[in-house]
Amino acid sequence: MKRRLVLIGNGMAAARTVEEILERGGGDLFEITMFGDEPYGNYNRIMLSQVLSGEEDESGIFLNDLSWYEENGISLRAPVRITRIDRFAKLVYGDDGSSTPYDILVVATGSRSFVPPMQGIYREDGNLTPGVLGFRSIDDTREIVRLAGQHRRAVVIGGGLLGLEAARGLQSHGVQVEVLHAAGHLMNQQLDAPGGAILKSSIEALGITVRLNARAVALRGEHHVEAVQLDDGTEIEADLVVLAAGIRPNVDVAVTSGFTVERAIVVDDRMGTADDPDVFAVGECAQHRGEVYGLVAPIWEQARVLADHLTGARPDARYHGSRTTTKLKVAGVDVASMGITAPERDDDEFVVFSEPRRGVYKSVIIRDDRLIGATLIGDVKKAAFLIQAFDRGLALPEERVGLLFDLGATSAEPSVADLPDEVQVCNCNGVSKCTLVKTVQEGEKTVSGVMDKTKAGKGCGSCKSLVRQIVEWAAGDEVQADPAEHYYVPGIPLAKPELMSRIREQRLYSVSAVFAALAPGGNEDAKSKMGLTSLLRTMWPQDFVDERDGRFINDRVHANIQRDGTFSVVPQMKGGVTSVDQLRTIADVAEKYQVPMIKLTGGQRIDLLGIPKEDLPKVWADLDMPSGYAYGKSFRTVKTCVGSDFCRFGLGDSTALGVAIETRFQGIESPGKVKMAVSGCPRNCAESLVKDIGIVAVEGGRWEIYVGGAAGAHIRKGDLLTTVDTPEEVLTISGRFLQYYRENAKWLERTYAFVPRLGLDHIRAEMEKDAAGLDERMQQTVEGYRDPWKEGREPAVPGQFRTSLPLISLPQVPVRDGSTALGGRAGRSTTADPRLPIPEGR
Amino acid sequence: MTAVSTGIVLGAVDEIPPGEGRAYQVGGRTIAVFRLRSGALRAFPGVCPHAGGPLADAQTDENVLICPLHLNTWDLATGCSRSGQPDLEVVRVHEAEGQIMIQI
Repeated sequence: MKRRLVLIGNGMAAARTVEEILERGGGDLFEITMFGDEPYGNYNRIMLSQVLSGEEDESGIFLNDLSWYEENGISLRAPVRITRIDRFAKLVYGDDGSSTPYDILVVATGSRSFVPPMQGIYREDGNLTPGVLGFRSIDDTREIVRLAGQHRRAVVIGGGLLGLEAARGLQSHGVQVEVLHAAGHLMNQQLDAPGGAILKSSIEALGITVRLNARAVALRGEHHVEAVQLDDGTEIEADLVVLAAGIRPNVDVAVTSGFTVERAIVVDDRMGTADDPDVFAVGECAQHRGEVYGLVAPIWEQARVLADHLTGARPDARYHGSRTTTKLKVAGVDVASMGITAPERDDDEFVVFSEPRRGVYKSVIIRDDRLIGATLIGDVKKAAFLIQAFDRGLALPEERVGLLFDLGATSAEPSVADLPDEVQVCNCNGVSKCTLVKTVQEGEKTVSGVMDKTKAGKGCGSCKSLVRQIVEWAAGDEVQADPAEHYYVPGIPLAKPELMSRIREQRLYSVSAVFAALAPGGNEDAKSKMGLTSLLRTMWPQDFVDERDGRFINDRVHANIQRDGTFSVVPQMKGGVTSVDQLRTIADVAEKYQVPMIKLTGGQRIDLLGIPKEDLPKVWADLDMPSGYAYGKSFRTVKTCVGSDFCRFGLGDSTALGVAIETRFQGIESPGKVKMAVSGCPRNCAESLVKDIGIVAVEGGRWEIYVGGAAGAHIRKGDLLTTVDTPEEVLTISGRFLQYYRENAKWLERTYAFVPRLGLDHIRAEMEKDAAGLDERMQQTVEGYRDPWKEGREPAVPGQFRTSLPLISLPQVPVRDGSTALGGRAGRSTTADPRLPIPEGR
Repeated sequence: MTAVSTGIVLGAVDEIPPGEGRAYQVGGRTIAVFRLRSGALRAFPGVCPHAGGPLADAQTDENVLICPLHLNTWDLATGCSRSGQPDLEVVRVHEAEGQIMIQI
């Protein structure tokens, strides 16, 4: 039988909670009743300022109209105000004389405008004096609009976010507006004093008068307000007064019904009240760990936790409080703020930039190399980066001014708004800016959702940050964070550390066991299989239970699939060093199987391309060489220079070390591929500075170890991790780093992203802390190595090497032996002799 | 008019490891058959309509298949593309006494 779920409240928190409950199948669990004070469906209260200013009409701000309640079988009782909760009889009493039983009760009564104590604000009948209004509901807004048409002078009491928005809205109706603010600067909750001062000049430039340190103590006017009086005796004429001096939680019903109420209704981490296990509170009327939240993001989070808990979708869901960050437009001025507004300790770093003429102000506060507060006014380009740094405690750039400005990028770099619509953003999958914008407009408001739908950023990934910027720009304030962005794989709602600890606790050895135990509904997810396979192999080098469907095709057949469905075969050639025997064997095999193309790879190996799947076992048998791992998310190759044996500049034996490294780490899977190099001197002919792990021999018999370099879709110079004395130490330290990367990087996160994300100092410290453990786990992995090409002799599963291709002659890719120099799929092939004068382009 | 459909046995179900797919040649066509982990069978034409990828090499779960070449996805129940490509024709497939039987 369905349980009776009753919500007191029909605002954003209540509606969101119900939406989250329905999303988790709660429609089958509960008979839902919602009590609303206002005779409407639920609407987006944040948008009231836009309604006031006329930018949006009323119908545009409804989140759910009345049909939503009907469709979802929700009974909406409005306008009914609940006056008392009898938690012993489990009944709520309404002001319409009704009594309604519940099994579960959620209090989501929100808050109301604070009415400051002022003489003459109330009439004798207890109502506000005519002409005095709050700014909280759709009715308030309608009334302000109506009065604005009839009156000339308005005073807004309160210079916070809401007050400034109200002032701007009133002004758009042609009313003369003055803002009275009791504190010394505007938006003092979010901004420091200099920031507030700059905001003040921007607001005044709009024609709105701002009066600071202004304490309104009385209203004059008998039948209708005529003026506001300040504590210094000043009198300001006004025929319309809007109260925006803060909000107060609606807790009357909770207080009279005997619940614990401090600033608001006290709740625990499950959003449960302190007094009754069946009564919960959510939103602006709830107080969690001493905090009462008035912003939408924390309230969404509370709604999710409550829904998880009530539906049993995640009984262990907990709300841990939120770090609040805001990015918004206040009366047309961009403002972003987070954390504290002014330095608190002597050693806090405080970096400020101020350009009053342009109305730009930026400040950041740093403690122990972590961002703990920031304010941006007028120019919020860096807001996304700062919010991330703040939320996740990212390492900060040494050059602190880089927190306030994009360094290096010249002003020639266009902002996303200026990019032409047709510009191709993702060059791999051919996605243009207008496609991204259209996808956002069609309702997809998360970055990852847009990427999934359009495939933008799903190729090499180098455009991801641009895609993110465009989506954020196109979605504006509606952009939604996708919690899945922090998951290790999309199908399991856990970040990597939590996922690993669950796998360890529950001893999950196979991909299917992980899905069964940890995925919502125990459902498999194809997109998560490869990442889980890699993680489980890393965690259980001995006990991993191999399920072949958990692997990508490349890892099933140990070769790299090509565009025509054939495969490439790259035999192991440690350090790029080969021999007459190897070359002869490779030549014989290539001839025997009529290999259409033989090519040198970027990692100094020989690649045989165009091998049909069914020939792989025979090719491997004839080669009789181990796999060169040119296909997996794994350790790939070590590129080397000739080093001290032959090179007259060589300082260290780079080839011998390269061979040793490749022997030790061959075939080890990792979150992303790992390319290495060893150079015999700082001339760096093996390009060690742009490898995931790069080694450089330096004078004095020492070796430098660089990590996090890249020279593919992304270019990054590696960071010097350390300098060591012996080749053995190179093996130990690079193995330790590799293991740390394997255990801590996100799936498909290359070292060039991983190293700067965690910060080199942090990585060094963590490697130091767990040196013995990392070394031991790496050693176990090394000992577990087995050449996968041996599977050619005895396939692991039936039909492992059976063709998947239609019965047509292969290869479709043309045979190329080096005699035709130009061509390819991107451009037109040319058969002209490249030594001839080049014809004019047509 | 009566629609004519012919049942064709492709081979033993055991030839396909759980969760994987295999390709079969049927009268000049290539059919990719998937054996889901739940035991259900699904079948489609073996060639991806986007760029000719070998669909039998796809990864699957109970709902979608992912082409190995460009990671396009299709719904296993309806054959509808989930990534803006042409849809796949659904080939009717059953298990009959341990054998894979399709109807064309």
